[in-house]
Amino acid sequence: MPLQLAFSIVLLVRGHNEPGGGFIGGLVAACGIALHGIAFGIPAARRLLRVPPPMLIGTGLLIAALSGLPGLFQGQPFLTGLWGGSVPTLLAGQLKFGTPLLFDVGVYLVVAGIAVHLIFTMAEDQ
Amino acid sequence: MLTVLITIFVLAAAAPMLHRLLRGATGWALALPVVAVTAWFATLVPAVSGGEVILESRPWVPALGLDLAFRVDGWSLLFLLLIAGIGALILIYAGGYLHGHRHEGRFFGFLLLFMGSMLGLVAADNLIVMFIFWELTSFSSYLLIGFNHEETKSRAAALQALLVTGGGGLALLAGFILIGQVGGTFSFSALLENADVLRHHALYLPILLLVLAGAFTKSAQVPFHFWLPGAMAAPTPVSAYLHSATMVKAGVFLLGRFNPLLGGTDVWHTVVTGVGAATMLTGALLALPQTDLKRLLAYSTVSGLGTLTLLLGIGTTLATKAAAVFLIVHSLYKGALFMVAGAVDHETGTRDVRSLGGLFKVMPITALAAGAAALSMSGFPPLLGFISKELLYEAKLAAPSGAMLITAAGVGANILMVAVAIIVGFRPFHGARQLPAKPMHEPPLALWLGPAVLAALALVAGLFPSLVDRPLVSAAVSAIRAKETTVELKLWHGLNLVLLLSVVTVLAGVFVYFLRQRCRALAARLAPVVRFGPERGYELGLRALTAVAAGQTRLLQHGYLRGYVLTVLGVATVLAAFALVRFGPATLWIGFEDVRIHEVAIGVLVLAAALVAANARSRLAAVVALGVVGYSVALIYGLYGAPDLAVTQILVETLTLVLFVLVVVHLPQFSTLSSPRRRRWDAAFAGVAGLVITLLVLKALHVESGERVSQYFAENALRAQGRNVVNVILVDFRALDTLGEIAVLSVAALGVFALLKLRPGARKEDR
Repeated sequence: MPLQLAFSIVLLVRGHNEPGGGFIGGLVAACGIALHGIAFGIPAARRLLRVPPPMLIGTGLLIAALSGLPGLFQGQPFLTGLWGGSVPTLLAGQLKFGTPLLFDVGVYLVVAGIAVHLIFTMAEDQ
Repeated sequence: MLTVLITIFVLAAAAPMLHRLLRGATGWALALPVVAVTAWFATLVPAVSGGEVILESRPWVPALGLDLAFRVDGWSLLFLLLIAGIGALILIYAGGYLHGHRHEGRFFGFLLLFMGSMLGLVAADNLIVMFIFWELTSFSSYLLIGFNHEETKSRAAALQALLVTGGGGLALLAGFILIGQVGGTFSFSALLENADVLRHHALYLPILLLVLAGAFTKSAQVPFHFWLPGAMAAPTPVSAYLHSATMVKAGVFLLGRFNPLLGGTDVWHTVVTGVGAATMLTGALLALPQTDLKRLLAYSTVSGLGTLTLLLGIGTTLATKAAAVFLIVHSLYKGALFMVAGAVDHETGTRDVRSLGGLFKVMPITALAAGAAALSMSGFPPLLGFISKELLYEAKLAAPSGAMLITAAGVGANILMVAVAIIVGFRPFHGARQLPAKPMHEPPLALWLGPAVLAALALVAGLFPSLVDRPLVSAAVSAIRAKETTVELKLWHGLNLVLLLSVVTVLAGVFVYFLRQRCRALAARLAPVVRFGPERGYELGLRALTAVAAGQTRLLQHGYLRGYVLTVLGVATVLAAFALVRFGPATLWIGFEDVRIHEVAIGVLVLAAALVAANARSRLAAVVALGVVGYSVALIYGLYGAPDLAVTQILVETLTLVLFVLVVVHLPQFSTLSSPRRRRWDAAFAGVAGLVITLLVLKALHVESGERVSQYFAENALRAQGRNVVNVILVDFRALDTLGEIAVLSVAALGVFALLKLRPGARKEDR
């Protein structure tokens, strides 16, 4: 399960150059948590997550929306991508920081939040 | 201007938190920045009264001709000063009135949100921006009227106000769009340069009627007047602010704003004057029998708004002048009287005029403020109200058509207003003490400061009219008439017909006051007739709307999955067939020379799995078979160079499986519900759908559609610092789309959650 979460983050950050990205990463993370839920029960999975899933959805949306602002402040249209420096990483190659990455983090959180939220709600509904 | 608006909206968002910090002092603290804003507006007065128009613009969505453009001329500056100035007093007042209320902080937030929207509305130059602020005022007033959201009455009143003004807002939007089409721009300033274009266009009448519909609903003109008295369910600070000085005047503002573009025609004169006169009389007649202080004031506000509309309908320089002065007068005295009504209510616990009396001894300052405001309302010298009433009569007498009729209506309405003023401003404070002798005292400073300041302003402006005429009124009139006009106001006009009318009005008003009991009795007898008024129409309309919605939902959302699938597939098939017919037949033979063995294997696998799924005798088998189909399709994606798609497909399949496993235990026994005949039908239908889609795919292989989009994306992806084209498109090129999609997704998830949680039976365990 930790492996799956780690893998989801790798997918997220390498998304810009290799197959991956926020959507896929979020789904992988959700699968991981769902697996945990099936194995140890939903309460355990909830504890593992620490925050309620709707929180993830809201935070993700907020991050995605905020990532559009830096471009706006530089006099460019909303959501214009701005890039900063980059660091080399082991699995994801050269990791560049920038607002699109931030945006992708938002997508990741929203997707993971929604999937987990649905699974939890359905699983508890018995 | 933009800075001011942002400041106010930020304050609005921060108000609940500030309140937690500042407690009782929040009202005063929030009033400070608003006073500063008012002062800044005041510094603009010399320039604007000198004929200058302050323009400010920055691009927002240039592609749509949408700019955050603001225009401060005399007319908007007058409103800006009223909104911000009275707003500061109201904030202080609300701090006193709602002291210790559970949601006081939230209330300040709503109030500031409204203030910001209102300021934006009157300062906007771009019509679309104006519309957005217009809707924001409707929206924030909904929150304010429904502030006591636990009472059914408040909620109903809030909804009524929202539906009526919101409906008008939609009409206004349509009108603005037509104006944009005809005039070629949404900029008011630019439209003003070719002012005659609209008047001479074939679409003039629809435009005019749509804009008027917006103005009339907002300003509670007959037959939309009923929402305003209903809105008295709001806390008093709201009524004092929204329903006297600001929101309801937005319609009047609109009329004044569009006078240079749409005014001056016969239709304008007839409709605006007629509706204004009808509203003026209706409001005055309905006001008199009321016994609740706030409802009295509400109906008299309707009458006052009618007067303003009437004057703008007449449209002469004199009438415009009278409108601008009456606007100031009305805001001052009506705001003051509403606040007084709230203060009395706060101290005595009742607003019923029949059980109030002799309060002067307990609350002298409030009583004095009320008296001064009431004098101004009845047009007594030396208050500003007197000057205003003189001007009113002068303007009505000089109206180009129907002068006698208009004047008679005006005198009649004003007589009734004098009576109302006495009931509201004097009755509760004089005469015998009628309330049980419970300890009562002067309300706190926060509660009497507002009315006192407004009443004092009415007095000072009446004594020294030069304080308002040149700096404020001249510029406002110039802006409405779109030409330079100088206004000079005098307290004393000499002995003439107008003065005579004023005297008659006051005397007759006092006379009517003594007849008020009889009026109430008469009104009680007429009540069954009044029930069939426009409010009844609103109720019927609302009921019909819900009935239609329910019927439509039953028709479309019937709850049969089979029906949904049939509808979706059917529509898709018909559309695809249509496309095929338009583009000609597809090439059927594509050749199987370069097909590799594993591709054939996957194809066979998909087909077999689909057949198994369709004939499965157990649910689990069907689910697993469908899963096989999904994974095989993912394999195809992977083989043909779409790894992102393949991964996504696999993940979605996995999650679907997980969800299915979770719910499968709850589902009823697997059973075949449809008859064999029906199943044959389904099979035929599925066959046709599959055939059409196959043909479409074959066709798509051979359609050449100009330049390939993928080329562009592939070339530009590296520029956007990424090599994964799919992802670059998602998070950079089309990021706004993605943002919209995840927002929709979130809302959908919340909806699913609500559906799951709110089922009957599921509720108990939730608690």
